[in-house]
Amino acid sequence: MPGQMSRARRNPVTVAAMHGALIIYTLIALFPVFVILINSFKTRKAIFREPLALPNAETFSTIGYQTVFQQGDFILYLQNSLIVTVASLFFILLFGAMAAFALAEYRFRGNMLMGLYLALGIMIPIRIGTVAILEMMVATGLVNTLWALILVYTAQGLPLAVFILSEFMRQVSDDLKNAGRVDGLSEYTIFFRLVLPLVRPAMATVAVFNMIPIWNDLWFPLILAPAEETKTLTLGSQVFIGQFVTDWNAVLSALSMAILPVMVLYVIFSRQLIRGLTSGAVK
Amino acid sequence: MTALKLTNLSKSFGQTEVLRDINLTVEEGEFVVFVGPSGCGKSTLLRVIAGLEDATSGTVEIAGKVVTRVPPAKRGIAMVFQSYALYPHLTVEGNMGLSLKQEGQPKAEISARIAKAAAMLSLDTYLARRPAELSGGQRQRVAIGRAIVREPDLFLFDEPLSNLDAALRMNTRIEIANLHRSLKASMVYVTHDQTEAMTLADKIVVFRDGRVEQIGSPMELYNSPANQFVAGFLGAPSMNFVPANMLGGPKSQIIGIRPEHLRLAETGPLSGTVQHVERLGGDTNLLIQIGQPDLLTVRLFGQHDMAVDTAVHVDFDKSESFVLDAEGQRLENTPPE
Repeated sequence: MPGQMSRARRNPVTVAAMHGALIIYTLIALFPVFVILINSFKTRKAIFREPLALPNAETFSTIGYQTVFQQGDFILYLQNSLIVTVASLFFILLFGAMAAFALAEYRFRGNMLMGLYLALGIMIPIRIGTVAILEMMVATGLVNTLWALILVYTAQGLPLAVFILSEFMRQVSDDLKNAGRVDGLSEYTIFFRLVLPLVRPAMATVAVFNMIPIWNDLWFPLILAPAEETKTLTLGSQVFIGQFVTDWNAVLSALSMAILPVMVLYVIFSRQLIRGLTSGAVK
Repeated sequence: MTALKLTNLSKSFGQTEVLRDINLTVEEGEFVVFVGPSGCGKSTLLRVIAGLEDATSGTVEIAGKVVTRVPPAKRGIAMVFQSYALYPHLTVEGNMGLSLKQEGQPKAEISARIAKAAAMLSLDTYLARRPAELSGGQRQRVAIGRAIVREPDLFLFDEPLSNLDAALRMNTRIEIANLHRSLKASMVYVTHDQTEAMTLADKIVVFRDGRVEQIGSPMELYNSPANQFVAGFLGAPSMNFVPANMLGGPKSQIIGIRPEHLRLAETGPLSGTVQHVERLGGDTNLLIQIGQPDLLTVRLFGQHDMAVDTAVHVDFDKSESFVLDAEGQRLENTPPE
């Protein structure tokens, strides 16, 4: 394979075609982001007159950003979104990895069934249970708390995390784990110090997969935590979208700012991905 | 005192029996090698001794204490793994010291023991490196060092040389033999390589299908194998088996002759044509077609010019051959002196 790769790379036509395809894909993926960004810095009239034009001296305006910071508590929404996303990812990775380790490492009765049961959630959308979840949250008094969202998102993310991570954990060398046992390490130390660092690329993959849907979700914040002090960024931005009038300047500005934190998180995780791939050659 | 005693040990995974009724002792200071083809249960047995697998029935006794239900770290053992299994996040020093740290040994004691083991294995200059920065041979020496610092009652080696290339394998083999001499420690060593078994062992245990086939010193097994399996497994090139009726014996018997005990002669009981010649410099191996499915291997000392398709006669001393019944069990006791 490496030989074929390098031969393909040497052929200029193939190189051009490959890069062309990737550049086109990048442009398509970035275009909506680009449109949101430029229009967030334009006056309302300019947005509608020429949506694709760059802001110039005449059309430049920061009215959208001013509205966002005046109306509603943008910083609080941002903070809520960050707390919910980071905490959910933490619990998904922690519990997902622990369950995956148990399934991959220990022989016990019902291991297969347990694995299937835990993976079943991949196929069943959690929103089907919204009414029951709301009833549970009301009963436990968790409505309008960030915990309601964190718990739901953790449940939503666990099945895929267990599925992916248990596959990777099976590949971790048995000898390494056994060496730890002979040296007197506890099962927790073996899990946290020996196994987790070796499956870090898989953890980063799971984190990226889960992060975007949680950050963008409107459904559960709207139903479980619509109170002013627990609003997430996505829900908070909805105040600018009315049934009859939509403040597009504000909506676009809020969206532009919402992209930033998620991009930072993505960069952190993808760094881990790359580092994991290159330093994986231990043996 | 016995270093290891296994009594009626059995192990099954679900319906499959991997180890059947193993009884075995390792005396103090003895180097015992478990040998057998892959899948014969020798590695499983080692893991049962280490406590990494539970025995289904029977007991494991290490240094006079029954440890059947004791966790691996408290059994007084140290283990060297095939894939080295070094901790990637620790330095060589950290790798060697971890078990002592877990035991709660004082710092001075830990560094003294590491220094001693490092000097023994000439790892002194590598103590600050991580496993990723070491060669394969160095990694295996660190793995051995990690076992030495524990000063265990029993060393366990799980095919420690099979990941090394041929030249390094021989060096490390000699190093392990030296180590055994200088430490005077009890060691159990698992391998599928009969050369390692013959060269290292005080006592060899031959396994097949989860059973012990024969126990004895390398020369005992070589000179007086109990059955066809042991006879064929030890010795290289492996023993020839010829139906006895080709040599004027009863049809149900098999005659086993080692390649080094066969010689070319003017006349002889066996005859055929040379099908292939292996010239090794010191030895020449002739593979001879004698009208049965398996080729007859003749090992000649020195260099011989022999063309393929030459017709030859082969002779041997009756006293150096083994008579086996149809099931492969040794019949007469004919120690080839």
